[in-house]
Amino acid sequence: MSQPEAAQRAEARAREATTPLGDRIAAFGPIIGLVLLCAAGAMLNSDFATLDNALNVLTRTAFIGIIAVGMCFVIILGGIDLSVGSMAALIAGCVILFINWASGAFGSPLLAVIGGAALAVVLGGVFGLLHGILIAKGRIEPFIVTLGTLGIYRAYLTYFADGGALTLDNALADLYAPVYYGSFLGVPIPVWVFLLVALLGALILNRTIFGRHVQAIGSNETVARYAAVDVERVKILTYMLLGLCVGIATLLYVPRLGSASPTTGLLWELEAIAAVIVGGAALKGGHGSITGTVIGAILLSVISNILNLTSLISVYLNAAVQGFVIITVAFLQKGRR
Amino acid sequence: MSMQTRRSLMLATAAGLAFVATSAAAEPVNLGVSIPAATHSFMGGINYWANQAKKDLEAKHKDLKITIRTAANAVEQANQLQDLSTVTKINALVVFPFESAALTRPVANVKAKGAYVTVVDRGLTDTSAQDAYVAGDNTAFGKIPAEYIAKTLGGKGNVVALRGIPTTLDNERMDAFNGVLKGYPDIKLLDAKYANWNRDDAYKVTQDFLTRFKEIDAFWAADDDMAFGAIRAIDQAGRKDIKVIFGGAGAKDMVKIILDGKDPRIQANVSYSPKFIYESIKLTAEARLKGEKLPATTIIPSVLIDKSNAKDFYFPDSPF
Repeated sequence: MSQPEAAQRAEARAREATTPLGDRIAAFGPIIGLVLLCAAGAMLNSDFATLDNALNVLTRTAFIGIIAVGMCFVIILGGIDLSVGSMAALIAGCVILFINWASGAFGSPLLAVIGGAALAVVLGGVFGLLHGILIAKGRIEPFIVTLGTLGIYRAYLTYFADGGALTLDNALADLYAPVYYGSFLGVPIPVWVFLLVALLGALILNRTIFGRHVQAIGSNETVARYAAVDVERVKILTYMLLGLCVGIATLLYVPRLGSASPTTGLLWELEAIAAVIVGGAALKGGHGSITGTVIGAILLSVISNILNLTSLISVYLNAAVQGFVIITVAFLQKGRR
Repeated sequence: MSMQTRRSLMLATAAGLAFVATSAAAEPVNLGVSIPAATHSFMGGINYWANQAKKDLEAKHKDLKITIRTAANAVEQANQLQDLSTVTKINALVVFPFESAALTRPVANVKAKGAYVTVVDRGLTDTSAQDAYVAGDNTAFGKIPAEYIAKTLGGKGNVVALRGIPTTLDNERMDAFNGVLKGYPDIKLLDAKYANWNRDDAYKVTQDFLTRFKEIDAFWAADDDMAFGAIRAIDQAGRKDIKVIFGGAGAKDMVKIILDGKDPRIQANVSYSPKFIYESIKLTAEARLKGEKLPATTIIPSVLIDKSNAKDFYFPDSPF
């Protein structure tokens, strides 16, 4: 009993010692992948390398990217969240219902939209808190908790939407639209928010005690407990952080189409997890970087962008190409796992 | 003998022979309805109209009982069919199969137990598992937009298409669309990509189409959900070259746009209303109450919706 534990501890120590260098090496895999993909894209279609296309791709990456930053924390912690797509859909639905109702009740459409945006973040935080409590205090596997809520959230959205779509009233949609369609210094708002969330995420992960604790728990929970880390509290906060990220992503998503339907956010959880893993994190926890995650998320959108810009291969094979690239990039950095 | 007297005579006879009459009249119909769960707008519409049919028909016929089951996937639907047959003991079934091949055997089992089976929209791989088949007209769904686009563009221009999920149904629509365009050599279909009947996917694919092609005259988004995503992307890009955006299936918001005449690019649509589930349930229930059968195949026609007839296709209470 004590021998494997000691070995585990030694391994964890060794891993911790190499983390900073490891992280730097890890970032190369996705960067190489992204550069190769972009070169291919530019060769296949001259419009690929235009600023407009780059901004389109970055803007649409923002949702998954922001969620992936939160997911990165959860995966480093050694956890998982399968519910983020359903959660985003339900939050979007609730925000739309709220804004439509509030514009009449408050008498001010602007106030309603601001309230709706705030509600998105609050709901995300509450859902995340709920996951954290169930996982940390209730001691249920994160896989099971979030598998459960995956179904619950989407079912409630379908119920609220009566099986159809919830749609923002036209005037309100116009008022809210700049949050997605507007830009600052020529760069769309969602890209700025994505950048901000990523910077904050990197700061929290690498420069705060909380970040250290997340990594320590992911490396070895028992050791972290011995080291007097408040494991429960850190876990709850981590899931809450992801919830907040989902809330922020949804806040940006709602003005894009002004509608939420039961297909909203379908498979986002897998895209976010793929972004984190392609970005060099270990699914079993302990390792991961925000830079890698951001590049991973961009890489995934670039693939579908290139496929849309060309008609090289049969459209039936789009998903296969995505799969091949994910596996290749993961292979490029397998050395450190 | 007038109709009236004949009927009262028959009633009298029936009253006199009460015992025989109950067994001779068509028996009460215990109808099961098995449909996919409401996971997108169109299925939301299917669910809405199925429940509407239950409400209307049960109020109208006291010998009719309707049980609706919704399934999230083919396996669940197969289980529900088994339950409907053995637990609910249905004697008639209206089924919208999740998948054709996977549901053929389970539906055949229900029929083997003596229930009358009407299959809706997605067919079975073995038609002997059904008594009747009711479907929308997918060929017209592809043909009508092609004809409209060709006419509106004066037989010359560039078209792009957004397709649904790779399925036989989608192929049928696309083939019909291409078939019409063959007659117009000056109309060029630049490309057709899958946007999976989904707004988000349609938005992305449209953005990329707009990046790739500098001159597009018409968009065929083969479903209104996709059309809404495409419109957003086109408006965001500020493209003025697109003259026609043609969706499909007659979603209420799209029909409203046509009714209001607000958007010059959106003047027409093609009907493929989820209301056909209502018709299927009604036809099946009423035929069975009389002990009759349905024709082997009933095609609910898809027709061009434009300003002149849009009000007949506008159902503000339906989720679709």
